[in-house]
Amino acid sequence: MFDRIAALGKAALDTIAGAGAALIMLVRALIGRPNLRKSWPLLMQQMYSLGVLSLLIIIISGLFIGMVLGLQGFTILVDFGAEQSLGQMVALSLLRELGPVVTALLFAGRAGSALTAEIGLMKATEQLSSLEMMAVDPLRRVVSPRFWAGFYSMPILATIFSAVGIYGGYLVGVQWLGVDDGAFWSVMQSSVEWREDIINGLIKSIVFAFVVTWIALYKGYNCTPTSVGISRATTSTVVTASLAVLGLDFVLTALMFG
Amino acid sequence: MSDAAVDYLVELHGVDFAHAHGAHPVYRDLNLAIPRGKITAVLGPSGIGKTTLLRLIGGQLKPQQGRITFAGHNIPTLSRSALYQLRTRMSMLFQSGALFSDMSVFDNIAFPLREHSRLSEDIIETVVLMKLEAVGLRGARDLMPSELSGGMARRAALARSIALDPELIMYDEPFAGQDPISMGVIVKLIKRLNESMGLTSIIVTHDVQEVMTIADYVYIMANKTVVGAGTPEQLMASSDALVHQFLHGEADGPVRFHYPAADLSAELLGGRGA
Repeated sequence: MFDRIAALGKAALDTIAGAGAALIMLVRALIGRPNLRKSWPLLMQQMYSLGVLSLLIIIISGLFIGMVLGLQGFTILVDFGAEQSLGQMVALSLLRELGPVVTALLFAGRAGSALTAEIGLMKATEQLSSLEMMAVDPLRRVVSPRFWAGFYSMPILATIFSAVGIYGGYLVGVQWLGVDDGAFWSVMQSSVEWREDIINGLIKSIVFAFVVTWIALYKGYNCTPTSVGISRATTSTVVTASLAVLGLDFVLTALMFG
Repeated sequence: MSDAAVDYLVELHGVDFAHAHGAHPVYRDLNLAIPRGKITAVLGPSGIGKTTLLRLIGGQLKPQQGRITFAGHNIPTLSRSALYQLRTRMSMLFQSGALFSDMSVFDNIAFPLREHSRLSEDIIETVVLMKLEAVGLRGARDLMPSELSGGMARRAALARSIALDPELIMYDEPFAGQDPISMGVIVKLIKRLNESMGLTSIIVTHDVQEVMTIADYVYIMANKTVVGAGTPEQLMASSDALVHQFLHGEADGPVRFHYPAADLSAELLGGRGA
């Protein structure tokens, strides 16, 4: 009995200690005088590997999700004779929810796991230690550019995702199923609001970008430097980040639209 | 051990260190001094924390007790920025080489120069090529670390660790996993660099024969502390049982062949009413 209570307490303490360590890592990586001459090329390199290389999966997923939304929306709306509102339905679903959330989930799987594995391997092969011994702070040199690259690229990816998704909905709804072209766009234009829908969606993707990148970096930086440790850390990144995104999405939605 | 006439670059006094909040003690009351400009070897069986010793000197780990000084600075009490400043004067060759896998050999060696100096690319190129020449790898400048053999990777890493002309260089198992030829090359390089650059070298290893030929002073570690110290000749002549066992590679002696266990007959017959 007491053993179980003790185990519960230990698990809670470990969780809190982990969160504290993750926070300390982030603060150390981000606070300090930036050196643009050195950090700019590093940031660009990471923006390329995290952002540009994720473009393909984001565009293809966005297109398919938009097309499915168009199809599903049409079959429901047509029963009420409201298929003109298809544009509104597709745009709001994507901008408010699917754009930020699905992008974050895809980003966690595509880029987050890669970040964790890369940093974990750098740790296992003593590259992080050797940076420290060369008087180069690995937090500033390795963690910081990756964090900012993830933080900047994910909202951009989410925006692209939503735009491509709306086009997918248009292809299915207008080009295939025959919804009126003008109605599709004008209903969308009159119902989507800048502040309420677009900005809120952007805020969501910024929050997700922060959380997913942070989790991926911490899991890599803190992994056990063995092959089993790295594989566990990579899995844990995808699981933890996905759950965090879905949980936070509910909280944010409640705050924004509740 | 401390001799007033000898100039020591690194000194450890009464160092206690344990991993994981005291759960795994590594050192108890460790005293050690590294003379300037010499090659000092630290020998000991695997798993007694020789690498830990280098990490303590490099300030990557903090001891629970004791002083660790480098050129008079007490490393555990230094601020983060002072520690980083001091680390530009020391260097470490990791067991795996730890070359950055996303950079070519040239860029790996240029890395510390680009980070810590404001030299122009022309001068950096000259310096890098000189360092590569010193380890015999000038022709491999454009190769990636994955294209190097184990021995070449270690030499490239050696070139990188001398890029900033450090005062101290710490070798972590430099001979481990090397074939006889590259072992001979590395032994020679360590000796030559030490002489030509006026370096102070610490070699942590369990390869007794190789290191005895180049070391000026040797420490033997076991049981969480130093059990033998002296010049190679003094140690080879030592009558201490532990030192003798280690230097001559005997399977059983003060360091037991068997991991501590319950009595064999009791364990095999246990529970059968023996």
